Amino acid sequence: MSVPRYWRETKYRYRLIGQMCAQCGNAGFPRSGVCSACGSVDLEEVKLAETGHVVTWTVVRNPPAGYMEYAPYLVALVELDDGVRVLSQLVDIEPIKVKTGMRVEAAFRRVKVDGGSGIIEYGYKFRPLIE
Amino acid sequence: MRAVAVAGVGLTKVSEHWEKGLQDLFTEAAHKAFEDAGTKEIDALYVANMGAPILQGQMHLGAMLADALGMRGVPALSVGAASASGGVAFHEGVKAVASGFADCVLVGGVEKMSDGLPEEVYSILAMAEDQEYTAYTGVTNTGLNALIHRSYMETYGATAEEIAMFAVRGHEHAVGSKHSQYPFKVAIDRVLASPMEADPVHMLECAAVGDGAAAMILMPADKAPEGVEVAATSVATGPYYLAGRKDILTFDAVKTAAERAYKVAGVTPDDIDLVEVHDETTITGVISLEDLGFVEKGKGASYVADGCTMREGEVPTNTFGGLKARGHPLGATGLYQVGEVALQLQGRAGPCQVEGAQVGLAESLGGLGSTCAVTILRRG
Ligand SMILES: [Zn+2]
Repeated sequence: MSVPRYWRETKYRYRLIGQMCAQCGNAGFPRSGVCSACGSVDLEEVKLAETGHVVTWTVVRNPPAGYMEYAPYLVALVELDDGVRVLSQLVDIEPIKVKTGMRVEAAFRRVKVDGGSGIIEYGYKFRPLIE
Repeated sequence: MRAVAVAGVGLTKVSEHWEKGLQDLFTEAAHKAFEDAGTKEIDALYVANMGAPILQGQMHLGAMLADALGMRGVPALSVGAASASGGVAFHEGVKAVASGFADCVLVGGVEKMSDGLPEEVYSILAMAEDQEYTAYTGVTNTGLNALIHRSYMETYGATAEEIAMFAVRGHEHAVGSKHSQYPFKVAIDRVLASPMEADPVHMLECAAVGDGAAAMILMPADKAPEGVEVAATSVATGPYYLAGRKDILTFDAVKTAAERAYKVAGVTPDDIDLVEVHDETTITGVISLEDLGFVEKGKGASYVADGCTMREGEVPTNTFGGLKARGHPLGATGLYQVGEVALQLQGRAGPCQVEGAQVGLAESLGGLGSTCAVTILRRG
């Protein structure tokens, strides 16, 4: 992982910035060159909701290189309150207590300690929302 | 466009081939295919592979393997579409012959997975997905399968046992197969008692790591009277991000590729006598059967549990064991599937034979269904 490669994603990963289509209003994450709903390239960056609910989830028990220290860990498909879906780790909860539909919020966490160049990567994970 | 036929098939056994390297496996399969076709006068080579750049630190497989076959001068390249590489390479090879650009093509897939450490293999599998926002979460390929597996159970009320039966059926079919990695039965209790790989997916619901190579010779149909006609090949892409899909229980790429292939071949799912689907875990096998049009959405798991995919059933599925029991050497897998369909239609499937099979279909997936290759073969 080179520094520029990490650096260019930080805004999106640290602040949960997605994109909104100026033509049809469809929002998505991560950003891409085109609106997935209407094909427009007239896109704006938008701050996404930081709360949502779990659509489905799993427990990763055999992780890829770089994630060994966290295993086993939860990964969930989260639907934010603005309708955008995000894939994320789920933290601060035991797997046995996770329920589909449960309310969650974004949290800022360490994601990975990079091997070669020694970058410590941060970003969003989700945790149970205390209402 | 000329009609194209599979003129020769060569499959190595899927296994942990500690004593053989990437080149050894590839040339073994290629020589079997040459012998089967009765010719080695190829004018193009397509190589299907996924993991060599990481597992062996090896790129530029086309030139390397052409040389290993003693075929310097032949144009050669590798085709990459993750674990759909084999199906996509076959499509490209067929295009070359159909267009008249080539008269005899070798399409070969190879993967030498046992050269990697376990965590490297998990990383390679995750390389089919976006590194910045999917693999970044630490989710594995099986983890992504698990997300849809759970959602499928909760949405359609399918039981863990019904879905897991997909693996049991594969193992039943593999018995007696010479090239399959695990040609023995595995009881449903054992599958459900195996450790969780990524909840709710059990270890014995996942394709294991295996080395293998599969090769095929393609020629114009009129020059290969003993061959099997390629009735259609089709490749489609679908939404790349799981989180960006409106319906995570449907693989759009499968539906698109299948519709095109059925149209070109002039057949419907009812005409298909056997099918090889991409069961990287049990749930992708189930969803594939649905999206290919063999069973209604949400009913796939009970269809499998009821025996409809058995050799004597409505749609014999994964007749040499599928990814679970034949094995899943990534880039080579799609070519094993097509080769198996060819063997079935030629009546050369031995104890795995589906009697009287005339038309067969192979479905290969890259990533979590973001690439799909569909091939339909017909007895000539
Ligand atoms: Zn739009």
